[in-house]
Amino acid sequence: MADTAAIASVDAAPILPALSEGRDVRALHRKIMLGIAVFLAVAPFVLYPVFLMKVLCFGLFALAFNLLLGYGGLLSFGHAAYFGMASYLCAYAAKVWGLTPELAILCGTLTAALLGLVFGALAIRRQGIYFSMITLALAQMAFFFSLQAKFTGGEDGIQAVPRGALFGTISLADDRALYGLVAVVFLGGLLLIYRIIHSPFGQVLKAIRDNEPRAISLGYRVNQYKLAVFVLSATLAGLAGSTKAIVFQLASLTDVHWAMSGEVVLMTLVGGMGTVFGPIVGALVIVTMETYLAQFGAWVTIIQGVVFVLCVLLFREGIVGLVARIARRPL
Amino acid sequence: MTTIFGVPMQALFGQLLLGLINGSFYAILSLGLAIIFGLLNIINFAHGALYMMGAFVAWMLLNYLGVNYWWALGLAPLIVGAFGIVLERVLIARLYKLDHLYGLLLTFGMALIIQGLFRNSYGVSGLPYAIPPELSGGQRLPFMFLPNYRAWVVVASLAVCLATWLVIEKTKLGSYLRAATENPTLVQAFGVNVPLFLTLTYGFGVALAGFAGVLAAPIYSVNPNMGADIIIVVFAVVVIGGMGSILGSVITGFGLGLIEGLTKVFYPEASATVIFVIMVLVLLVKPAGLFGRTA
Repeated sequence: MADTAAIASVDAAPILPALSEGRDVRALHRKIMLGIAVFLAVAPFVLYPVFLMKVLCFGLFALAFNLLLGYGGLLSFGHAAYFGMASYLCAYAAKVWGLTPELAILCGTLTAALLGLVFGALAIRRQGIYFSMITLALAQMAFFFSLQAKFTGGEDGIQAVPRGALFGTISLADDRALYGLVAVVFLGGLLLIYRIIHSPFGQVLKAIRDNEPRAISLGYRVNQYKLAVFVLSATLAGLAGSTKAIVFQLASLTDVHWAMSGEVVLMTLVGGMGTVFGPIVGALVIVTMETYLAQFGAWVTIIQGVVFVLCVLLFREGIVGLVARIARRPL
Repeated sequence: MTTIFGVPMQALFGQLLLGLINGSFYAILSLGLAIIFGLLNIINFAHGALYMMGAFVAWMLLNYLGVNYWWALGLAPLIVGAFGIVLERVLIARLYKLDHLYGLLLTFGMALIIQGLFRNSYGVSGLPYAIPPELSGGQRLPFMFLPNYRAWVVVASLAVCLATWLVIEKTKLGSYLRAATENPTLVQAFGVNVPLFLTLTYGFGVALAGFAGVLAAPIYSVNPNMGADIIIVVFAVVVIGGMGSILGSVITGFGLGLIEGLTKVFYPEASATVIFVIMVLVLLVKPAGLFGRTA
């Protein structure tokens, strides 16, 4: 009885219909990207670099998540698995194997890609709400694995991960040097995601998101597209998690916990699902909020819950979604 | 001492009983989730938080008002159910016309708020709730020691599941409910007040969760995190069983509890993940779930 209802309402896409994208929109997006790049170049001289790096790592994580939710229409509730496992592997590679940071990050990212391939292949066997529950359950499995496995250090996590020297030559001990690396990784991720969204592959994804039965009837192998976007999203989430492990020199259970999966959903929701730049704004808002509210302890969870409820009830388009509607430009 | 496959009988049956008890909670919780999802098309992430709330309400009734276990067993589900009805009217009812991913997000936010509030007031160390005197002690069976309270939990959950099944499958009210699940528009055209039905169904579903919470209170300590831990497992149970059948949910719940208990005896390291592993296997073999109707 449940499944029939689920299929009947697939047509009602959760995300606003795509606005027309002309040449001027592309030009606008290019300007925004340029603006972000300039901001990133200037920011460390004004703001605290570690805070900025945190925002960038979570921004990339949210961008990766939004690729799956906003453009694939798939709500994964277990993205902490890719973020956290990548973070563990990267930390382990850097600390125990003594790899240079770029290789350690690569290690973590590949782990996330592999995990995304396995979990994604399982999860896309069901649709809608079941998909979310399966991703959550699989992520919980990854959590218990991290809790019990020897190499993750259990409750302690992997601490004192060396930042090392990029390509064995450029030391990352200085916050500004490390910031440069994180900013480049972030911009690279943003450009890649932008490219994916605006490729023919991305167009088919949006078609599947908006009307899956129709995409099937047009002859697209829907499951291959879903799996591909799932793996891409998991890989980029892993890139964010690995970078985070190098920045904070720590990989811990927090990164694989379901609360982290919830947090990335919240960032995307606040910034605007299905917008290009929304997740970045969402990550900035949530990380700032958590930094300033950290002194209130458990209230952070309650405030997160309240933001969730308010966003879902009153503010579904998110900050960037709202701006885009007023400006009548897809952002 | 008698052993089976190198495991003492006592330990084996003890773990099986514990598995059966976990299974009772899985069964009641997945039953409530299935009823709510069937009619409201919302997967209630707050289910675990309301289960926790049931345990807390029982604790508060005892410690603040001196209300004993037996009264709490009836009162706590009513209170949790009433709270659920308010939540449904004020928050959830605004989402029926939207995609159901919003229902998941909303109830997730509600769960964070409820858990956070209890954590702020009562900490995370857990509060003790004594077994009612009528059910303390136990029976010495030839192969194991059976605590009375644990036997009661299994019997009470089975009775509640059976009663729910009877109401839904055999009464007029249940037939309305089933009809509204299949086609709400048509049922409304026949003059049934469907919105009222939605509200009551949500209230009933979460009252079941509250009932499970009261049953759980003397076994596990009353802890704000008890709901978050169990709800993800219950999601896996729901994926395994499929939400299409009530008896299916009950059988899956008890069955998986038993399997989890057995795993604790033979391969304890895997006991936390065995249900997820079974979920993976079921997805590979029968993606619609064991009792699901469509893929």
